[in-house]
Amino acid sequence: MTNPEETTPSKPDYKYIGTRPIRPDGLDKVTGRARFAADLSLPGMLAGHVLRSPHAHARIVSIDTSAAEAIAGVKAVVTRSDFPDLDPANPEYNVTRNLMARDKVLYEGHVVAAVAASSRHIAKLATEAIAVEYEVLPHVLTVDEAMADGAPLLHSDLLTQNVEPEATEASNVARRTVLERGDVEAGFAEADVVIEREFTTKPVHQGYIEPHAVVADTSQDDTSVVWCSSQGHFRVQSQTATMLGWESSQIKVIPAEIGGGFGGKTTIYLEPLAVLLSRKANRPVKLVMSRDEVFRATGPTSGTRIRVKLGAKKDGTLTAGKAWLAYEDGAFPGIWGMLGCWCIFTPYDIPNFHIEGFDVVVNKPVNIAYRAPSAPMAAFATETVLDEIARAVGIDPLDLRLQNAAKEGDASPLGPKHGPIGLSETLDAIRKHPHYSAPLGPNQGRGVATGYWFNIGESSSASVNLNENGTAVVATGSPDIGGSRASMAIMAAEVLGIHPDRIRPVVGDTESIGFTDTTEGSRTTFATGWAVIEACRKIVTELKSRAATMWDVDGEEVEWVDGEARHTKGDNDPLPLAKITAAAKQTGGPLTASASLNAKGAGPAFCSQVCDVEVDPETGLVTILRFTTAQDAGRAIHPSYVEGQMQGGVVQGIGWALNEEYIFDGNGIMENAGFLDYRMPVASDLPMIDTIIVEVPNPVHPYGVRGVGEVGIVPPIPAIANAIHDATGVRLRDLPMSPVRVLEALTNGNGNSDGDA
Amino acid sequence: MSRTHVSCTINGDETEFLCSDDQSLLNALRDELLLTGVKEGCGTGDCGACSILLDGRLTCSCLIFAPEAEGSTILTVEGLAEGDHLHPLQQCFLEGAALQCGVCTPGFLIAAKALLDNNPDPTETEVRYGLAGNLCRCTGYDKIVRSVLEAASQMRESA
Amino acid sequence: MARIFLGLEQRRFTGGVAEVEMQASTVKQLIAKLEARFPGIAEQLEGTAVAIDGSIVAHATYEPVPEDAEIHFVPTPSGG
Repeated sequence: MTNPEETTPSKPDYKYIGTRPIRPDGLDKVTGRARFAADLSLPGMLAGHVLRSPHAHARIVSIDTSAAEAIAGVKAVVTRSDFPDLDPANPEYNVTRNLMARDKVLYEGHVVAAVAASSRHIAKLATEAIAVEYEVLPHVLTVDEAMADGAPLLHSDLLTQNVEPEATEASNVARRTVLERGDVEAGFAEADVVIEREFTTKPVHQGYIEPHAVVADTSQDDTSVVWCSSQGHFRVQSQTATMLGWESSQIKVIPAEIGGGFGGKTTIYLEPLAVLLSRKANRPVKLVMSRDEVFRATGPTSGTRIRVKLGAKKDGTLTAGKAWLAYEDGAFPGIWGMLGCWCIFTPYDIPNFHIEGFDVVVNKPVNIAYRAPSAPMAAFATETVLDEIARAVGIDPLDLRLQNAAKEGDASPLGPKHGPIGLSETLDAIRKHPHYSAPLGPNQGRGVATGYWFNIGESSSASVNLNENGTAVVATGSPDIGGSRASMAIMAAEVLGIHPDRIRPVVGDTESIGFTDTTEGSRTTFATGWAVIEACRKIVTELKSRAATMWDVDGEEVEWVDGEARHTKGDNDPLPLAKITAAAKQTGGPLTASASLNAKGAGPAFCSQVCDVEVDPETGLVTILRFTTAQDAGRAIHPSYVEGQMQGGVVQGIGWALNEEYIFDGNGIMENAGFLDYRMPVASDLPMIDTIIVEVPNPVHPYGVRGVGEVGIVPPIPAIANAIHDATGVRLRDLPMSPVRVLEALTNGNGNSDGDA
Repeated sequence: MSRTHVSCTINGDETEFLCSDDQSLLNALRDELLLTGVKEGCGTGDCGACSILLDGRLTCSCLIFAPEAEGSTILTVEGLAEGDHLHPLQQCFLEGAALQCGVCTPGFLIAAKALLDNNPDPTETEVRYGLAGNLCRCTGYDKIVRSVLEAASQMRESA
Repeated sequence: MARIFLGLEQRRFTGGVAEVEMQASTVKQLIAKLEARFPGIAEQLEGTAVAIDGSIVAHATYEPVPEDAEIHFVPTPSGG
């Protein structure tokens, strides 16, 4: 097995960037000391439990909580009548109606009521004693069912956005998105090879091992302190306040250590319930989801139906692309179809294209982001059709991608031109890796694929405080879901010139640090890191000024090098940071600085992957033999955690490709709401995941950082599908490619082999 | 419901607690003893985040009723380090970056210890199967497996 | 003069015009000028991010518009 390599054009001489110090939160995590939300206890704390809908779609006729309230030990009950009704124009309207059902329940698991009691046992008994009368309604579970004529409607006021003529009748289609360029029909006419295929994918869950959990401690003056598991505690604060009809400032949110998010914890499910239960009971309340509840009522990502048609000349140049996409949104409208449209052809320079996508509501839990949301399904379609084109024109699949890869200056489908991007570099890295030329045996095959993700900027705040002994506290508002505290310490160390061990990176609560957007969109090292850099630069300016004071010289005679002030125009001995901090009180007071920004210019992430599989012809089992991923990180601040993000994304993609899916019965009830039957990869399913970090620095960021967290999940599904085809001659276009489906395709071969339209 | 009294040895200490008969050992450890190193990831024995050694055997504490722990010897992650010396597995996990969110880490450390107790020189495949009862969603297992192999090697050298 | 590129959803207000040349000192001013020329477009542009010479900026209201810049209004992406 090879070690990860870095291929980097002329790298600056960094002292700490690119090193691999032990993560600052590591010791607590290996000793069991780290406190996740469910680990917290407060005196007098009550246990909460949620009553959830047993029906996929029903009108709530009445709710009677009297029997529950009469049970000894029950201290508070909340239902829809305890929460204000928002103006439908409020952007959080749907979130509040997901947090607590109002006139209808829209999926099995939808919240109907919540109870706080002196024990979990009593809280559960109490929810069972709440009498709810339902009028069951017909339901829809797939985009096909929801889009059919006469389909039962989830929302009587949902009009499809962006259709012509404007929609006047309610529908389950929330939105239509169209992107186009050039003339597709002319483009296809120019092509020597045209391939059109249709694909389906199922909803999958982010699968974080820590279920959602919250502890809320609310006072009689309508203020509350909340500890929760979340990717963004400022969003928790504002969404909770909105749900309650409070001001954000009434709620302090303290982020506990978070046990995985992947996008699934960028919204809230429990916090307002806990806050209000605590207010009513006048005691702290802990609410923790069971794994069953996590499956039935949170996440997942969209199931989809996608058609892709690509045309190419016999020299491999793509001339035209057409895509039709329908994405499930779950019970409330979302933007998942729109995001799919943005991703589907973006890695490539296609002169003529027409992309049309739909967001469709269905009676399932509300979809939420999952690592590069909407991109993996789109890549499944495009990357497997590209593979067919490569074979049809007789060009190596990597070369075909290289030939058509988007480059700096090309316009993306959304319009703006790409800045410097590392797609070609990642394709080259794969080609040169020994994996690409490793020999294959019987029933074995190799597949490649490329992935793209935008990455976002948004707003972050950071503050740095220097202690008397020369150590520094660097605080930001970004919950750490991948190792960002380690990266913050390294970036601060690089600016300050002191070792990362002398820096304590912390995540501040909503009262201790400035507003910071959610940890999502691969933004944290980029945007929050930038705020850290700016705060540290400010404090270096101040350190130089203090040194000048201590030397009694002009400020212009001082420079900051390697963690110390140096006198450029005289011969005062250098003053290391610790000497300056020791004298801080005499030179002007404690040394602190803060910075905030609305980050611009987040560079997109590209990655390329190659996968070898072996397919058992008797069972249909697909075994991953080798997997290599190459990704452009811009600049890898802490390479081990960049590798960790790459490997984690790959393995989630493998699970999505081969095993994971939501299975519903005829009543819209999830049948596999647990880890036994919702099968995620385990260590024995996998080989080592080789990583190649490419660095094409993002020119706008002080250290060239490009977000890395998400894109790794985009190529595995098509890479595996292409490898299965290489091994067996059979193409699967419906996920997951589980043994049953592979065996069926091998046995029947029809509808799934090359040449079928 | 009346409570049952349980005496057992946890991480080398004689310990007593009260529990209800239908309470899992996982809940008793976390709620009665405030040993929150064990985590509830699923409650059904499928994720391994609640792993303990019960009389030396790798066990999901969510699958054991708390009264069954009477008279037993239990090891949790809090008992892995010896004084202020981390167990080689803990040290190797830190150096090998074998954790990200860390919620599965206590379970993996216990499972890895159980593996190495029984097989001090495992192959990569044996490590992977020895850890197949533990789910991790962050790391993809690569760095966990490497760290366990490294710890095994260090432990053999110092044995 | 900056070049403003308009997407399909925006072209409904411009009678199909896809590219416009105009100058303004900030994005806010630019949108006001666009609204004056294509009534109704401002509401469509609310909440979008702006790509200025390829660099995407969210909450761009007071962003300066450089002379000769290429401007696209893009929906605000998110992530997971």
